[in-house]
Amino acid sequence: MADKQKIRFKVNGAWREVETRPDRILLDLLREELCLTGTKKGCGEGECGACTVIMNGRTVLSCLIPALKADGAEIMTIEGLGEEGRLHPLQQAFLEEGAVQCGYCTPGMLLSAKALLDENPEPSVEEVKRAISGNLCRCTGYTKIIRAVRAAAETLREDLDPGQPTRRKR
Amino acid sequence: MNWAAYQKPKNVDEALALLVQAAGRGRVIAGGTDLILQLRQRERTADLLVDITGIGDLTGIREKDGWILIGAAATHAEVANSPLIRREARALAEGCAHVGAPQIRNVATLMGNVISAQPAADGAIPLTALEAEIRVVSQTGERWISMEEAYLGVGRSAIDASGEIATDIRFRKLENDAQTKFFRISKRRALALPVLNGAVSFLPDPTSRRIRRARIALGPVAAKPFRARRTEAYLESGEISPGFLEEAARIAGEEADPRTSLMRGSAPYRKDMIRLFLARTMRAMLMAG
Repeated sequence: MADKQKIRFKVNGAWREVETRPDRILLDLLREELCLTGTKKGCGEGECGACTVIMNGRTVLSCLIPALKADGAEIMTIEGLGEEGRLHPLQQAFLEEGAVQCGYCTPGMLLSAKALLDENPEPSVEEVKRAISGNLCRCTGYTKIIRAVRAAAETLREDLDPGQPTRRKR
Repeated sequence: MNWAAYQKPKNVDEALALLVQAAGRGRVIAGGTDLILQLRQRERTADLLVDITGIGDLTGIREKDGWILIGAAATHAEVANSPLIRREARALAEGCAHVGAPQIRNVATLMGNVISAQPAADGAIPLTALEAEIRVVSQTGERWISMEEAYLGVGRSAIDASGEIATDIRFRKLENDAQTKFFRISKRRALALPVLNGAVSFLPDPTSRRIRRARIALGPVAAKPFRARRTEAYLESGEISPGFLEEAARIAGEEADPRTSLMRGSAPYRKDMIRLFLARTMRAMLMAG
């Protein structure tokens, strides 16, 4: 039996240290060792996007990331999107637009949308489609998801303080 | 256990030493989006994974002395978004932009696309048309190999990831008049393997209606990325006239020899699509140029 290896990484703003088997996968580590079950296991093969998290500012499929690859990284899971008692505008928009049915794709969808809006505050419909092209949804038909992302983008733009040169990230 | 140890060295020498120590039971990992699945499904086995993405020397996309150089740790997203690549090798930016999905492109590397040795890899096909070379280092030395030499067969790379590290991709910076373009057909726009993909590189002669240099790579129509050399020779042989490009596309449809495949379609369909898409691509390039 191989020795355990230590990982130290920042998850949703807090540094965490975990000892784990060397062949642990990030998705399983997040869900089980860290009890962050918001990230879902859909296919386990990198084909559905349900396991999407944001790693060092970019969306990745956590079912394909060895946990040890995340050593030193900064990770955001869905639990890190809103704040205590307050939904992120993306989450609010998903609810208002009816973009959530069974909810299984939703965490991954929201994080893909978050990564998009962090880079492109005014995405077109095509740009939204491309940003979520790695997230499958079997329920909604995507239309309301796209609408929700663009509605949230508008909300976030309206939050901009006109006096500030850079937008406040939420 | 799918693997017993995972190391992320800081430089190439350290990485090679780890591989040597593992005596053939270690393996290089970059993005890992293919490898992790293969290890899990036991198509491959390894005791030690040596993650090379932390090696600073292997990141980077740059131009030097008339060559474009891409480090082994460069992801598809980085290549697709690189202003240098978009300007100098558009087909490569386009190809990388089509790999998998955004989450895959953020992690998977262009070098990994070559090493996975699939005949229709969206990064490897433009690299073939660009006549790219791969730098491979081991404890005994280094060598540059061509894209053709890099493939032994489907899924079999000439690069031995248990003892060698592919560090760089390079290709000659193309002339100002040169143009490249990528095309692809697949069942869906994302998360779908190509039914057909291809890259064309043209250097038109500005003073005549001739093509000075033509390079065409197609996949998956053979065990490796396929250079349509008869088509290239024809394109370089004459003046562009009505029917010239169509004839070239017809030759390509003949010299490429895809099998009938449940996943990728019947052979007659695929040969038809080669003709159609190659003709369209070439026409679009010459009209734009």
